[in-house]
Amino acid sequence: MSIQDVSPCVKCYIMEVQPNETLTNLKAESDTLKTKLEDERAKLHDVELHQVAEKVDGLGQFIMKTRRTLKGHGNKVLCMDWCKDKRRIVSSSQVSVWIIVTFSEEHAVTMPCTWVMACAYAPSGCAVACGGLDNKCSVYPLSLDKNENLAAKKKSVAMHTNYLSACSFTNSDMQILTSSGDGTCALWDVESGQLLQSFHGHAADVLCLDLAPSETGNTFVSGGCDKKANVWDMRSGQCIQSFETHESDINSVRYYPSGDAFASGSDDATCRLYDLRADREVAIYSKESIIFGASSVDFSLSGRLLFGGYNDYTINVWDVLKGTRVSILFGHENRVSTLRLSPDGTAFCSGSWDHTLRVRWAALIGIHIFGTRGTVV
Amino acid sequence: MKNLSTEDSAEAIHLGSLIAALGYLFPISDHVLTLKDDGTLYRFQAPYFWPSNCWEPENTDYAIYLCKRTMQNKARLELADYEAENLARLQRAFARKWEFIFMQAEAQVKIDRKKDKAERKILDSQERAFWDVHRPVPGCVNTTEMDIRKCQREKNPQRVKKSVYGVTDDTQTQSPVHQSLPSQPARKPTREDVQKEISFLNMQLDRHCMKMSKVADSLMSYTEQFMVYDPLASTVEPSNPWISDDMTFWDLEASRDPSQHRVKKWGFSLEEALKDPVGRDAFLKFLESEFSSENLRFWLAVQDLKRRPLENVAARAQEIWQEFLAEGAPSSINLDSHSYELTSHNLKDPGRYSYEDAQEHIFKLMKSDSYARFLRSNIYQDLLLARKKLGKSLTGKRLTGLMQSS
Repeated sequence: MSIQDVSPCVKCYIMEVQPNETLTNLKAESDTLKTKLEDERAKLHDVELHQVAEKVDGLGQFIMKTRRTLKGHGNKVLCMDWCKDKRRIVSSSQVSVWIIVTFSEEHAVTMPCTWVMACAYAPSGCAVACGGLDNKCSVYPLSLDKNENLAAKKKSVAMHTNYLSACSFTNSDMQILTSSGDGTCALWDVESGQLLQSFHGHAADVLCLDLAPSETGNTFVSGGCDKKANVWDMRSGQCIQSFETHESDINSVRYYPSGDAFASGSDDATCRLYDLRADREVAIYSKESIIFGASSVDFSLSGRLLFGGYNDYTINVWDVLKGTRVSILFGHENRVSTLRLSPDGTAFCSGSWDHTLRVRWAALIGIHIFGTRGTVV
Repeated sequence: MKNLSTEDSAEAIHLGSLIAALGYLFPISDHVLTLKDDGTLYRFQAPYFWPSNCWEPENTDYAIYLCKRTMQNKARLELADYEAENLARLQRAFARKWEFIFMQAEAQVKIDRKKDKAERKILDSQERAFWDVHRPVPGCVNTTEMDIRKCQREKNPQRVKKSVYGVTDDTQTQSPVHQSLPSQPARKPTREDVQKEISFLNMQLDRHCMKMSKVADSLMSYTEQFMVYDPLASTVEPSNPWISDDMTFWDLEASRDPSQHRVKKWGFSLEEALKDPVGRDAFLKFLESEFSSENLRFWLAVQDLKRRPLENVAARAQEIWQEFLAEGAPSSINLDSHSYELTSHNLKDPGRYSYEDAQEHIFKLMKSDSYARFLRSNIYQDLLLARKKLGKSLTGKRLTGLMQSS
């Protein structure tokens, strides 16, 4: 007597029982594999990064000064991005999107938009992308004509089923990578608006993403409210590595400049460094006195410094190798919501709920390393 | 109870101020919630009023509170200017149910009167501090504001409409600001999910990983190599434009006439050389001198292919095939048969990644073969040692002699 001979109601009963058992077995298998994986990785953990870094010279003192304070938003600044020309930035707030030529503090363009949580500059400098509570990512081509109504030329590219949390152009103006509160990331063709690839795997909202810096790179990392940071292959849509050591939402992820590692900032008040070759967390940046979440992180050009913007209104600067805090910056009067180094690492910009953006430079004084002429300016 | 250690007094004050602003402690005689190291007296807030209880007090509660303050004849309970303004606004907004609010306020006053005098003073101050958090002094940060992306996931069920004074009122409307985003339903893992997880874990187990010591050395040497190029950790020549207002640094970086400093970076890796457009051109020039430029041109063409709009991709992919891989191609590249087969197969349905395998092969070839020779070549060495600019020095002659091997 085969399954075909059994009446439908009995069939249903059999189908119900078997999958549940198999699910339990599968879960057990999965747990065994997880333990085995942890053991295998632990075998390679022969030393801590900060121990090896003891032989590196300490960084000495930094002076950091605010070069520009940009006030016009009039509302909480939620996101910003640098143009490749190293001078212009695009920033978004609860009520508008701004493009500012920061070097000369010239206000270039304003566009009224509500709740724009993500914005990005196109590599050519000729367009910006933004989106947020509208669940979309739209591209606005920029023109030299200041009087032109930019909103009219807007092009909807990405469509998610929940808020847009982050967006980034790939190496060209033609593709955009997005992450969303709907738990997915997606790659889009700008011209046609077509979905090129979607990335499923996060179990909750995805809050951030960063593209691997390599010219030939086809990977990116994303962080989510499921406390996971996932590395994805853009070609196949597959998750190729996953890291789960944070204790709360991951608000920001950023690649180390070589592309071999990335840092994350989380609501658990820590920033962490994950190396892709070791497939492991290799450093944790925390202090007892830091109890508020880190909202955004970025590396200096050499990868020696990690900047973290926090919900306690401060920016903490970390020595990536030694794991110690090098500097703490006050100045903002509300949460720091976004922080990016300029493309050539000459300055960094932070945006805050206090309605301002601040561009700062830093100079190292005191101990010199590797024969450089560090001087006070 | 935990002591958070910090060596920095500025940090300690800042953290303390934040804890005050959140409402866990407060100055006895000030509406502005901040911490100062000047002998001011502070009090801890009662757990009932803690922000962790997820209060979202409605304006009716606030109206009751301000109203009852006016009913008691005490100097310390006198309304501040902004509070008086708030009360006036609320009276207009709640004109129709003011009688109800007034009655509630009276009831609260009665309850308060029954308490011991000293106790009342303390309770009054705690209550005031609570409202300082939820209806802050104009100009102060409202610490109850939440990141809108996270609002929807509030796990505390109490966050829905609990009155501070236990008042139930059906006419309370939901404030538009507190409208929550549709929340993600928590999905139970299905068989498929777990199966995916298992194959993922197996893939991770098969991965060949690096030892921590090697990883650490690698991170350290990368950082060391680039520290001299890091404007925040070293001085840049002639100066950092943000510090000096002089844009020369940017002009130099964009110049077609590269500095020795910049040329040195090309020697770090092929990736670094190709990142710089001038480096790329120098490498191309070198390859042309060796009659092997088709490799780099192919690599560049594939890079360009990936940056095209979708509608152009198929056509461009075919063009690349014709130029570099077809029989009798004008710029024929040398691929091993396996890679050739794979690429040929991919071209049946051409896409942005059709040439990935071929591109990787060609890159490895250039890296292991041509790149090393490039670094020894006159084209590179001239730029590195700035020979063309200075004219051939004695040192230059000696080095050229040594380099003649290529």
